Amino acid sequence: MSRHEVQVTVNGRNRTAEVDARLLLVFLLREELRLTGTHVGCDTSNCGACTVLLDGEAVKSCTVLAVQADECDITTIEGVQGPFGGLSAVQEGFRQEHGLQCGYCTPGMIMAATDLLRREPDPTPQQIRQNLKGNLCRCTGYEMIVRSVRWAAENSTQ
Amino acid sequence: MSLVGARVVRKEDPSLVTGRGCFVDDMHPDGTAFMMFVGSPTAHGTITAIDISEALAMPGVLGVWTAHDFLEYPDLPQGAENFERPLLARDKVRWLGEPVAIVAAEDRFIAADAVATIVVEFDSLSVVTDVLEAVAPDAPLLFEHHGSNVITAVPTNDDLERELEKADHRAHLDLRNQRCAASPIEAMAVVADWAPSGLTMWATVQAPHHLRNQLATWLDISQAECRMVAPDVGGGFGSKIVWYPELFAAPLISKWLGRPVKAAQTRSEAMLQMAHGRDQVHSLDVGFRNDGTITALRMVVTQNLGAYPDPTGLGLPVLTTWMAAGCYRIPKVSVSYRTVVTNTNPVAAYRGAGRPEAAYSVERLVDLVARRTGIDPVEVRQKNFIPPGAFPYEVPHQEAVVYDSGDFGKALELCVDLLDYESIKQRRDRQRADPAAPLLGIGFSSWLEIGGFGPNGSLEGFGHLGSWESAQVRIQPDGSALVFVGASPHGQGHETTYSQIASDVLGIPMDNIRVVHGDTEAVLQGVGTMGSRGVTTAGVAVHNVSNLVVERAKKIAAHLLEANPLDIEVGDNAFNVRGTPGRSVAWTDVAWASYQPLALPEELTAGALEERLYQEAPNFTYPSGCYACVVEVDRQTGEINIVKYVVVDDCGTVINPLLAEGQVHGGVAQGIAQALFEEVSFDESGSNVTSSFLSYLVPSATELPDFVAGRASTVCPNNALGAKGIGESGSVGAPPAVVNAVVDALAGSGVDHLDMPLTPESIWQVLRKDSK
Ligand code: FES
Ligand code: FES
Repeated sequence: MSRHEVQVTVNGRNRTAEVDARLLLVFLLREELRLTGTHVGCDTSNCGACTVLLDGEAVKSCTVLAVQADECDITTIEGVQGPFGGLSAVQEGFRQEHGLQCGYCTPGMIMAATDLLRREPDPTPQQIRQNLKGNLCRCTGYEMIVRSVRWAAENSTQ
Repeated sequence: MSLVGARVVRKEDPSLVTGRGCFVDDMHPDGTAFMMFVGSPTAHGTITAIDISEALAMPGVLGVWTAHDFLEYPDLPQGAENFERPLLARDKVRWLGEPVAIVAAEDRFIAADAVATIVVEFDSLSVVTDVLEAVAPDAPLLFEHHGSNVITAVPTNDDLERELEKADHRAHLDLRNQRCAASPIEAMAVVADWAPSGLTMWATVQAPHHLRNQLATWLDISQAECRMVAPDVGGGFGSKIVWYPELFAAPLISKWLGRPVKAAQTRSEAMLQMAHGRDQVHSLDVGFRNDGTITALRMVVTQNLGAYPDPTGLGLPVLTTWMAAGCYRIPKVSVSYRTVVTNTNPVAAYRGAGRPEAAYSVERLVDLVARRTGIDPVEVRQKNFIPPGAFPYEVPHQEAVVYDSGDFGKALELCVDLLDYESIKQRRDRQRADPAAPLLGIGFSSWLEIGGFGPNGSLEGFGHLGSWESAQVRIQPDGSALVFVGASPHGQGHETTYSQIASDVLGIPMDNIRVVHGDTEAVLQGVGTMGSRGVTTAGVAVHNVSNLVVERAKKIAAHLLEANPLDIEVGDNAFNVRGTPGRSVAWTDVAWASYQPLALPEELTAGALEERLYQEAPNFTYPSGCYACVVEVDRQTGEINIVKYVVVDDCGTVINPLLAEGQVHGGVAQGIAQALFEEVSFDESGSNVTSSFLSYLVPSATELPDFVAGRASTVCPNNALGAKGIGESGSVGAPPAVVNAVVDALAGSGVDHLDMPLTPESIWQVLRKDSK
C-alpha cells in the first residue's frame, strides 16, 4: 500500500503525517493526531458523528480520505470556542437546552449546526431539522437539539 | 431553594460539548493491539475447518485464536443450563455473524485485512429465523440434544375459554412486536490491560460491577485484581448489559500478548453481533360487554430468543405477561408464554424490555373493543381504568405485581385537553369526506409500566448480585463532597441528578459536589443503570445516605457552636441555630473539624462525615401516562406524517424537569421509530438484510415531530423521593399511540390491525385494495 505525506492545518496548527492511501480523515484525526472528540458511529456515512469543518464547510470525515484533505484547513470540535465561558453559542445552546444525553453524537451535531448557522444565522426549526438530517442521535429525539440550535441563533454575538 | 424539581443544566455537558469526553475507543494506552472477530458466514452450520494460515503470515498480525484455544475456560456466564453460549462457536454456528475466531493485530486496519483472509468451511444446516416456524414440528433444531427449539414454556392454569364465551362479544388479535436493534451510536468497545499488577478493563457497559463479578469468576481471578471502568458511555438502552464475548476474550488476549488490547465494533459488526430486542408474537383474545367493559383477557406470548437464551431474554415474556392488563381493571386475565431459539442474534433487553410489548397489545385491544362497540376509545379507556382509590392494586393474575399508585383517568383527561380532541375529531371527519385531503387518524395510549428494579430477589433472577443500589458520601476536609454511586450512566445525567439530590439534603452547593461512578475500584459495589432504576434506587440511596451524614454534621456544628444538636438546621453551605440569627458555622469548618478528634463531640471519631448505604426497594415502581398521536396518511402513497404528538407522563416526583423531558423525548422517539421505521429482518438464508444504518432505519430529525408535553403526578409511596423512574416510559407508551392513529386513519378500509413497522408500502397495499 502506498504511503503519502499529508499536511493539514487542524484547529490552527500545522500538522504533518505519513499515512496509508486508504486512511480516512476521521482516523487521521483520531488515531494519528489523537483528536478523539470526533467520533465514529457507522460505516455507511449515515450517522454524522464524524462531522468536521473542512475549509469551513461541514463534511463527514469518514467520507474523506486523509490524502484528499492534504493542504486543507480543518476544524474539529476541539477547535470550537466562543464567548460563553469559552464555549461557542452552539456549544452553550446544547448545554442550556439539554441537546445532548450520552454526548456521543454531540461533536458531530455541533459541527453541523455551526456550519448551518454560518450559512443561515436565523434558521427555522424546520430548516434546522432539514440541515441536521445527516446526523443521527439515538438519545434525544431531536426536539431539544432543535431548541439548542435556536438558542445559539438567538444568543449569537455575531 | 430546593434543587429537587429545578431545571438545572448538566454538569456533564462542558466536557461532552468540547470533545473532552472520554469514550472507550478514545483511549489508547501505549502499545495497544487491536482485536477483531471472524464472524460466521452462515446462519446455521457445522464447522469443518477454519484456515488461518494466510492471516498468521501477514505482517502486523499478532495472533489468531479459535474455540479450542479457550477450552479451559467456561462458556459465557449465565446462559440457560445446556444451552450455554460459547465464547467462540465450537463445531456448530447458530447465527450469521456469530464469532468463530479472533484476530489480533497492530491496528484495526491490519486486523480487518486479516479477518478477510480467514476461510471458515462448514456444512450447511437448514435455517430458521422466524419464531413461529421454529416451533413447527419439522423445524430445524438449534440444539439437537433438546429435541425442540422451545427452551421454556409456562402454560396457563385456566385458558379463560368459558369467560370469553360468556362475554357479550369476543375479539381475537394476532400481532407481532418486531425485532429491533437498540443501536446506541457508540457500538461495543473494550480496552483490556492485564498487567502483572492486575487486570484493568474499560468497557462501554451499563453495569461495570456486574461485569466485574462475572468476569473475575470466569477468569478465575480475585475480584480485588479485576478492575472495571465504564468511562463515558455512548448510549446503551439495555444492549450493554449483555455478556458479549469480547468482554471475556480481550483480557485473555491482553495477557497472552503482554500488552493492552482493544476491540471496537464497526456499525456493521454491531448489527451482526450485539443483542437485539423485542421479537415477540402475541395471540390475544378479549371478552367485553356491549357497554365496552372488558371482562376477560387472554395473552399467549411466543418469544424469539435468538440463537442462545440470554438471561434477560428469558425474562422478557415474564415482564410482558405480568403487565398484560396494563392500567385496566380486568377481572379475568390468563397468560402463558414460551421462549424459542432461532438462527438469529440473541435477544435481550431493549429500552422497556417486555413492557412495551405488553402495553402495545393491551392498547391495541382496547381500540379494537372501541371499534367493535362503536364507543369512543377515550370512553372505553375511562370505563375500564383501575380507579385512583384502588391502590395498592394487586393484579389478579400475578402476585408479584402490586401497582402502587396512579391516576390514569387524569392523565388521559390532560392528554385529551392538550390534543384538543373534539376539534381534531371534527377535522378527521372533514378530511375523511374530502378525497383531496389526506386521511387523518387519532390514537391514544394509556400505558403503565414497571420501573425501579426492584425489590429483593428481582434482579437476582437476572443473575445480578442484588437489587439494591449503593451510595456513599464522603465530606472532604474543605466541605466539598464526593458522592459515589453504584449506578453507572450512559446519557441519563446521573452526575447532575445525584448532585441535586445530595445538595438539597446536605446544604452543600451543587458545584461543590462531585459524583463518582462507573469504576469498581472507586465505588463500593454496584448493580447498574437499567430498568428505570437510576433515581428510585441510587437516587434514593443518595438522599438517604446524605441524611445520615448531615445528622452527624449537625452534631459537630452543635459542638462547635455550643448549641443543642436539635436546634441546628441546615443552611446555605452552613449550619444555623434555629431562631438565633447570626449563630452559624460554615460547612467548611464543620468538615475540617470532622477530621480533628480534638474538635469533635465525644461520640464521634475522625472521618465521621462519611457514610454508605445499600438501598433496598420494597416494591417495583409503576410509572404511567397517556400519549396521543395524530397522523395524516397520504391516500396515494401511503406515507404517514405525524401531525401532533402529545405526551403526558406520571413518573412521580421529578428531580430535574429538563432531564426528565429529555428521557421522555428519547424514549418516545425510539417508540415512534419502532412503530414506523425500524425492523431487523433476515432473508431465507438467515442473512441480516438490515445490518447497517443504510438499511436499519434509525430516524433522523426530519422524521420525528415536536412533542406537546404535559405532566401528571402521583407520588410513589414506596421511596423517600416519591419517584417512579422515567427512562423507559417513552418507548413503552409511544408505539401503540402511533399504530392506533394509523389504524384509525384507515378505518374506512375495514382493516383492524397492521403489524409494525407501518411502512408506506404496507399502508399503500391497504389503500390499493380499498380502492379496487
Ligand atoms: S462515522 Fe461518519 S457518518 Fe457515521
Ligand atoms: S446524545 Fe446520545 S446519540 Fe445523541
